[in-house]
Amino acid sequence: MAGQSTYVPKTGFTRWLDARLPILRFTNDTMMTFPTPRNLNFWYSFGGILTFMLGIQIVTGIVLAMHYVPNASMAFDSVENIMRDVNYGWLLRYMHSNGASFFFLAVYVHMFRGLYYGSYKAPREVLWILGVIIYVLMIATAFLGYVLPWGQMSFWAATVITNLFTSIDQILPHTGTAVTQWLWGGFAVGDPTLNRFFSLHYLLPFVIAGVVVLHIWALHVPGNNNPLGIDVKGPQDTVPFHPYYTVKDLFYLSLFVILFAIVVFYLPNALVEPDNYVPANPLVTPPEIVPEWYLLPFYAMLRSIPQKLIGVIVLFGALATLVFVPWLDTSKVRSMRFRPLAKQFFWALLLDCVLLGYLGAHRPDAVFPGTGIPMLPFARLGTAYYYAFFWVILPLLGLIETPRPVPATIATSVTGSGVEQVNAPAE
Amino acid sequence: MASTAAAEPTRRDFIHVATGAAGAVGLALLAWPLIDQMNPSASVLALSSIEFDLSPVQEGQQVTVMWRGKPVFVRHRTAKEIAEARSVPVSSLPDQLARNANLPDSAPASDQDRMFKPEWLIMIGICTHLGCIPLDHQGDYGGYLCPCHGSQYDTAGRIRKGPAPENMYIPPYSYLSPTKVKIG
Ligand code: HEM
Ligand code: FES
Repeated sequence: MAGQSTYVPKTGFTRWLDARLPILRFTNDTMMTFPTPRNLNFWYSFGGILTFMLGIQIVTGIVLAMHYVPNASMAFDSVENIMRDVNYGWLLRYMHSNGASFFFLAVYVHMFRGLYYGSYKAPREVLWILGVIIYVLMIATAFLGYVLPWGQMSFWAATVITNLFTSIDQILPHTGTAVTQWLWGGFAVGDPTLNRFFSLHYLLPFVIAGVVVLHIWALHVPGNNNPLGIDVKGPQDTVPFHPYYTVKDLFYLSLFVILFAIVVFYLPNALVEPDNYVPANPLVTPPEIVPEWYLLPFYAMLRSIPQKLIGVIVLFGALATLVFVPWLDTSKVRSMRFRPLAKQFFWALLLDCVLLGYLGAHRPDAVFPGTGIPMLPFARLGTAYYYAFFWVILPLLGLIETPRPVPATIATSVTGSGVEQVNAPAE
Repeated sequence: MASTAAAEPTRRDFIHVATGAAGAVGLALLAWPLIDQMNPSASVLALSSIEFDLSPVQEGQQVTVMWRGKPVFVRHRTAKEIAEARSVPVSSLPDQLARNANLPDSAPASDQDRMFKPEWLIMIGICTHLGCIPLDHQGDYGGYLCPCHGSQYDTAGRIRKGPAPENMYIPPYSYLSPTKVKIG
């Protein structure tokens, strides 16, 4: 779909530059004239939103790093200094901490969108897998960042997560402990751990940026999928990216940023565990250790399994599962709009993830408030459904489900006929 | 180029293979310092032993000391606690190894093999599940209860219930005098 370049340099300078570094041609072909399905909806604006949020995290992060001290005895105070004394430090920190939440909010919408419209199917498997890699890198980056303020939650989250690796001891004695001490640079989470976490937290967003470039490259080879999940058949099915989607993306980005600003200015601590405003204390474990909301479903899975090693395998397996989705889904039809059964299981999966998120915030021995019903069986059921959706339901549905008929082209579906719509849109 | 079928390896092929091999070995040699730098440094290792005076710790009481950045529980057990711990058959325990750095790896998890003197339990106070600090004198066995995921340990620090796979570890230690111990 990438097609021939339509770029024509208009001035002497751009002709000169084009012969030396065709960067304007590249920008024009990928962001201006790029033919894009004419039926992309609201859910397609989240790719742009994600790119924007990555930019926000990098810019605010670099500025915070000018004031932050990655030392176990000074880190907590340096963050308080940012909050109280650095000019606009409170704003930068609140943007960065809530920015991570909004980044994850956007990535979850983006991923469920991809699942619903079957955007992972051929020829977009590599695009999907690059997305999963970005997601895993985001999780790693967010975890490392959460440790930096060196509050109680920081310290104990670092302890619990790095200790996941000690479960290797159950297959290879002493290896897990050796790996964990290697990660710590000591015999417990401490100063060396904090230092390396800072170094890696600085690095990973740039790795993410690199993978995003590959992700968008892989997007531009087959072109966008669309809500109908059918292929683009010709120019009548597309519009140029600019101005149609630049403007549409910008509009939804503005709404998203308004939401972001409301949280940053009016509810900056709504998503924060108060325990993280208590300095790290290696001698006292807080009564309840919970990760940030966007990792709660995985934490629920971990805590629902009574055996340590199996719990860890289930946790990482849930992420690894996503890589195989392009081959687990056996249906020929991409979009779930035309898949009456798959659609229902999809919404059940979404609910399942929300339920797991809720359960992940409570101790495994907790009961639903006011009912006395224990939560643990639900956490196990939720974990089982997550796995069943990908490994059993998706493969089987492709074989037993009768999809509804899909429209012949995007244009007929959008305009009713599409024949008289072939002309390039006026500008 | 494509004219000869399955030609003999040439001297040029040899040079390619030799260059590749030398490069790979060089990379591996360079990788090790990059990996090993993350292991505990000499200054961290240097802090590895402490001395502690037992006399102020009353019967029924526990104090916590720091050793290598980890909490070490020093618990003065009561006669009742000792009797309870000694009455449990090792075969009924989830983890039947002593996990005592002062004994061979295969030592059984009998109460005797968890300590030198029955009144003094000296143990790394870290839950073997995911590393939280268990609360002392709590839980069904009067030993320890981990607040994180509910593991329960008895008065000898042996896992009895919950997700933790192993008994809490006994650090290397020795008595310098009847009331003074050296940990590490
Ligand atoms: C930093 C994170 C990410 C950024 C900046 C990003 C960026 C983008 C952009 C700009 C697009 C094109 C616009 C759109 O279709 O929304 C896109 C498409 C896509 N992304 Fe991502 N993405 C990220 C993470 C992910 C993740 C985690 C996944 C899934 C696991 C994913 C899967 C996809 C798929 C399948 C498409 C093609 C959508 C379609 O054509 O239907 N992306 N991405
Ligand atoms: S860390 Fe103690 S039960 Fe999980």
